[in-house]
Amino acid sequence: MSAENNKSIRTPLGRARGLGSAKDGTHHWWVQRVSAIAMIPSLVYLTVQLPHIVTHDHGAFVFWLQQPLPALALAIFLAAAFYHAALGIQVIIEDYIHSEGQKIVLLLINKLSFLFMGVAAIYAIARISFAV
Amino acid sequence: MQNKARPLSPHLQIYRWQLTMFLSILHRATGFGLALGAPLAVWWLMAALNSAKNFDRFHEFAHSLIGQLMLAGWLFSLSFHFLNGLRHLVWDTGRWLTLKGAYASGYVVLFGSVLLTAALWFYAGK
Repeated sequence: MSAENNKSIRTPLGRARGLGSAKDGTHHWWVQRVSAIAMIPSLVYLTVQLPHIVTHDHGAFVFWLQQPLPALALAIFLAAAFYHAALGIQVIIEDYIHSEGQKIVLLLINKLSFLFMGVAAIYAIARISFAV
Repeated sequence: MQNKARPLSPHLQIYRWQLTMFLSILHRATGFGLALGAPLAVWWLMAALNSAKNFDRFHEFAHSLIGQLMLAGWLFSLSFHFLNGLRHLVWDTGRWLTLKGAYASGYVVLFGSVLLTAALWFYAGK
C-alpha cells in the first residue's frame, strides 16, 4: 500500500508511532448515556414542582427543600447533570483546543469545577434538609 | 510527512445548511449553555443556605432583565437538550436512523421545545 492511494484517516506519522486511541471512548459514550437516563425521572418531578423552585419566598423555598422527595430529586438531578456536563464540556475541549498544554489545563479545570460545584450543591441541600 | 490523499470533511462555511446539522450544532450549543448555568444553580442553593437576605439578592438578579433573559435561554436550552437527547437515545437503539426518521423527529423536537419553553415559562410564573 503506497502513501499516494492510502485513503486511511490515520496519518503516516500516526501509523509509524503505532499509537492508537486511549481506548476509553466506549466508556465515555456509555456514562454519557447513563447520566442522561439518570436525569429523566428527577427532571420530570422537578418540572412539575417548578412553582416551588422559582419562589422568591425564602421560608417557602426552605420548607419545600426540607421535604424528602424534593431534596432527593434535586440532589440526584444536580449530581447526574454536573457529571453529564463535565463529560460534554470535555468533548468540546478535545474537539476545539489543539494545543496539548492548553487542552490538559482546560480538561483539569473542567473536571475539578464540576466536582467542586457538585459537592457545594449537595452540601447546601444537605445543610438545608438537616436543619429541620 | 503529509499524506495529501487523506479524506477531508466539508467545512461549515461551504456546506449547505440543513435541519439535521442545525439541530446537531444546537444540541452542543444548548449543552454548553446549560453547563454555564451550573455556577448560578450553586449560587442559588448557597444563598438559600446562607440567609434570607442573600436569597433575596439572588432573586433580585434573577428578576433583572439580564437574569430573565438568562433564565429564558436556559429554559429553552433545557427543553431542547432534553427532547433532542431523547431523540439521540432512540437513535442509539437503531431506530429512526433514516432520512425520514431524522427529519420528522427533528421537526417535532424543534417545535416541541419552543412550545415546552413557553408552557413552562407560564407555568413557573403563575
